[in-house]
Amino acid sequence: MSAIGENTLRTPLKNVRGLGSALSGVRHWWLQRLTAVALLPLSLWFLWLCAGLAHADYVTVRAAIAQPVHSVLLVALVVSLFWHGALGLQVVIEDYIHTRWQEVALQIAVRFGAFLAAVACIFAIARIAIG
Amino acid sequence: MSQTARPTSPHLGIYRWRVNMWQSVLHRLTGLFLCLGALLLAWGLIAAATGAEAWNAFAGFCASGIGFALLILWTWALLFHLCNGIQHLFRDTGMGYDAAQRDHSRTPSYFATGWIVIVASVALTALVWICLFVRASGGAA
Repeated sequence: MSAIGENTLRTPLKNVRGLGSALSGVRHWWLQRLTAVALLPLSLWFLWLCAGLAHADYVTVRAAIAQPVHSVLLVALVVSLFWHGALGLQVVIEDYIHTRWQEVALQIAVRFGAFLAAVACIFAIARIAIG
Repeated sequence: MSQTARPTSPHLGIYRWRVNMWQSVLHRLTGLFLCLGALLLAWGLIAAATGAEAWNAFAGFCASGIGFALLILWTWALLFHLCNGIQHLFRDTGMGYDAAQRDHSRTPSYFATGWIVIVASVALTALVWICLFVRASGGAA
């Protein structure tokens, strides 16, 4: 990093940008808590839904997913679940993978994987609900 | 890629094990395990959208010995992560960190809540599966 001197056109602001909190330092922490709070009722509801469908056949399961309230709550569950999971995996990778290229590759894989899985789930729910 | 050998702080090995350490380790392990569970949810939803054959393959896995054991483990992992998460959210507000609450010889509420979390997660898991078994053996629905 270049020192802040008189021979540079960069302002002190340019030199510190991206290096400190700048009010974004709590973003990960806050989103983890936000998705956690969302998942409290959603996961309990999901457990209840699954218990109700434990011995159900294919047609019954599809009909249950297609109920508007269930479809909407399932999408909400999927979004907060994969978001929360990706945030958690990110910290685990940061903590335990110390080889830089492996860490970056895993971080990218987790983000892409979580996003793809969430999109696939939402598409599946929509197809059952609308199709 | 060059590795920097930075000094590390003493880790798990030097501390006397207490319940909050189990909670921390279990929270992370159940979190990782629940990420696999999220993939099972994805499999189930995609199978339900695909067709009866795909759904039967998914349902067959869930009814198999391994699938059954995994479902019970996933139930506990979810309920532990949830109960422990509630404690995390309360502690995020600063609750439970007073000197008296950390002092094991006096008021061990800092540790007591940890045991409550573990016992509650096991009890709730048992409750869920006992209800399922009772319903499966008791009535057709």
